[in-house]
Amino acid sequence: MDTLQLVPLEWYLGLAAFVFSAGLYTALARRNAIAVLMGIELMLNAVNINLIGFWRYSTTMAALAGQVFVVFVIAIAAAEAAVGLALIISVYRNRKTVNLDDLDLLRG
Amino acid sequence: MQGLMEQLSAFIPPITHQVFLALAIFVIACSLLVALARNLFHSALGLVGALFGIAAVFALLEAEFVAVVQVLVYVGAISTLITFAIMLTRGMMYGRTSGTNRQLLASVMAAGTFFAVVLGIVFNVEWPQADPTAPIGSGAQIIPTLGLLFVNDYLVAFELLALLLLVALSGALLLARDRNK
Repeated sequence: MDTLQLVPLEWYLGLAAFVFSAGLYTALARRNAIAVLMGIELMLNAVNINLIGFWRYSTTMAALAGQVFVVFVIAIAAAEAAVGLALIISVYRNRKTVNLDDLDLLRG
Repeated sequence: MQGLMEQLSAFIPPITHQVFLALAIFVIACSLLVALARNLFHSALGLVGALFGIAAVFALLEAEFVAVVQVLVYVGAISTLITFAIMLTRGMMYGRTSGTNRQLLASVMAAGTFFAVVLGIVFNVEWPQADPTAPIGSGAQIIPTLGLLFVNDYLVAFELLALLLLVALSGALLLARDRNK
């Protein structure tokens, strides 16, 4: 093997597309609020794969913008997970359920 | 013998391709487990696996710092939070399942359509690419550069992020507190 052959960028984008779709399905179809949050985490991770992939194959790699963005996304996802799970625990304490179909207090 | 080996190696994909394919299969299997497992705890385990696999994908893309941050923040902290939330809301570990809602068909169609459209775009667009074999410098240069970027070019965003984390975590504490005690 003469040079280390890199995987084409399209493969990474395809993997990210699949992970995003799995997350989208989870967020839309699951009945449990925690499962919906897990789907959102999957979608954020798919976006991170794309950002790092584009960074690795870009012509302005030295600017490191891709890595900076990913660190921001991870930090904001951590904040989102903390607030989301606190909301779920608060809802559970008041309604004794985290089933999203039963949470229809605002229905007219 | 030498010629035979060379002929054979023409059919074997390069080592990076093999590593990528193994990682991709692992990540895809784990994200399918997240989406389809009926037991919520199995979903959480699949999420941990998928996050680990994605950290390995970052390492394969030579973004070592981000891979380490991914393991620390996602695998270490967020999965623990999710596991605790599952255990605090009902005994879902005892086979108690959570199915799908009435939007199942629409969700499958939405996710499937999205996947097909994005895949079509990905493999039909000519992405502008640098020479991917160009050296990117060692990690010893990248991490100090990243640190300097955070306190120079991205200073305002960085400080806002710190504020956001403070507000979000105090808000989470306030929300999850038991008011009756």
